[in-house]
Amino acid sequence: MRQKEKKLKVKKKRSSKLDRREWLAGYLFLLPNLIGFFVFTAIPVIMGFIVSLTDYSGFGKLNFIGFQNYIKMFSDSSFLIALKNNLFYTFTSVPLTILFSLMLALMLNKKLYFGNGFKTIYFFPNLTSMVAVGCVWLQLFETKNGPVNQLLASFGVENPPKWFWGTSTAMLSIVIVVVWKQAGYYMVMFLGGLKNIPFHLYESAKIDGATPLKAFRYITWPMLSPTTFMVTILTFIASFQVFDIINVTTEGGPGRATNVLVMRVYQEAFRYGRMGYASAIGYFLFLIVFILTLIQWRAQKRWVNDDM
Amino acid sequence: MSRNKCGNRKKATSGTIIIFILCLIVAYIMIIPFFWMVSASFKAKTEIFTKPIQWIPKVFRRVNYETVFNEIPFPVYFLNTAKVTICVTVLQLITCSMAAFAFAKLNFPGRDKIFLGYLATMMVPWHAIMIPQFMVIQKFGLYDNHLSLILTGAFSAFGVFIMRQNMLSIPDSLNEAAKIDGCGPFGIYTKIALPLSKTGLATLTALTFTNVWNDYMGPMIYLDTDTKKTIQLGLATFKREFDTNYGAIMAGTVISLIPVVIVYALAQKYIVEGVAFTGVKG
Repeated sequence: MRQKEKKLKVKKKRSSKLDRREWLAGYLFLLPNLIGFFVFTAIPVIMGFIVSLTDYSGFGKLNFIGFQNYIKMFSDSSFLIALKNNLFYTFTSVPLTILFSLMLALMLNKKLYFGNGFKTIYFFPNLTSMVAVGCVWLQLFETKNGPVNQLLASFGVENPPKWFWGTSTAMLSIVIVVVWKQAGYYMVMFLGGLKNIPFHLYESAKIDGATPLKAFRYITWPMLSPTTFMVTILTFIASFQVFDIINVTTEGGPGRATNVLVMRVYQEAFRYGRMGYASAIGYFLFLIVFILTLIQWRAQKRWVNDDM
Repeated sequence: MSRNKCGNRKKATSGTIIIFILCLIVAYIMIIPFFWMVSASFKAKTEIFTKPIQWIPKVFRRVNYETVFNEIPFPVYFLNTAKVTICVTVLQLITCSMAAFAFAKLNFPGRDKIFLGYLATMMVPWHAIMIPQFMVIQKFGLYDNHLSLILTGAFSAFGVFIMRQNMLSIPDSLNEAAKIDGCGPFGIYTKIALPLSKTGLATLTALTFTNVWNDYMGPMIYLDTDTKKTIQLGLATFKREFDTNYGAIMAGTVISLIPVVIVYALAQKYIVEGVAFTGVKG
């Protein structure tokens, strides 16, 4: 009996030694990434908030001014216009992306000749850079003799839109380009969601004499709702980070028609040297994305039983 | 892709024909901008905006490519981007797979809390912290240095996440067996974890490569000297300075896309797989 206890103790000791070796290994493996993560992500997160409470201009000492930057934001017409533009962009690009990508997914969810080829083609624009895409679409939307307006002219449109160069159409042009570029990406997500809908549901619906439209309304749409919700949140979040395409095509113009939040952060910081104010706008952006992500996580826990 | 499980109806119905035609139309919309790009890159300036449009150039001219190669340092941009992209990708593969191995296969106190911290920062948009990050880089004296892009890109929480998911699917019995055979953590990492998570490594490689190659705002903030610029930044600057040299802009665009096309051709499966992960990325 006593011997057995002794044995156990020895075993425990040895195993704790082994444990400690594994602990050490764990930390060592983690270290390279953790240092980088700390220096370039964790510290900036904290620093960003501190800087947003100052009037830092890129040089000199941090001079704290409390929440003035945040208060200033809501009486700054440039910021408010950018926010308004950004909201317009969000509430057009999100539904259009969902509509278009869901449509593509439904089309490709059938057994189709060249189906995989289509999928490959639809996904491709998503991999190209916004700079390249912007350069091409600037020419496609050329007002006088661009291919899009020539096409419209052939349909008898007399006053073709001025696209990127018109105050009322500039943001819409951006939305068109972005939807064109990212539809294939979310299509792949929707295809994943459609694949998870059990086929027997459709079979029994068919036996009950349901039309395809009814099958969509009562089977596909409700069964797909977790995917739809996720895509909505993701596109929402992405829409508050739009910048590249705008900076390449309209540079925020004409006038301030396509100035958005990230552009405000960039211009305040690197053009006017108002690092403190720009950080405050950056934190405002962070807050929006944070809330959206929280909503997503909450709902995901309820809806999706992920194996995460 | 989901295929109907009952493959007994091979006859094409009128419905599938309509869908097929719709698919063709969408494919046309997706491809035509790229067609325009290649076509315009081989045309002289006056041949581009013609009425009607000449989709296939009558004569294939090299003049735009000569402009891009001789008048602006496009080859330098290309090499700079290749350097940054390869460094970031390799470093990410190393640091992310190591951290993922620790999270997935090793036990140590605080592991899950640290991982939660990683997950939480995945939702911090880069744009929100780019200014403090810029200040950190400035403090290190790395402004206008490729190291700024390499270091800020080398550690990704998303990469850790992808690799961890992959390594979690490796059965623990393999580790135990290796441990009994006297294999240390490093041995398990190189001999078991890495070879068995090839899918994750391939996905991460493809995604990181295209992301870094296409990055525009990072280089815009961190680089200043013309000969240090990356291809996206160089292309954007060129577009701004030679607004109407349409053919040359398209030639530059074509060149900038070639590596991405190659990666897509080689790793399409892995790139599409990566989309599934982004769902949780947030």
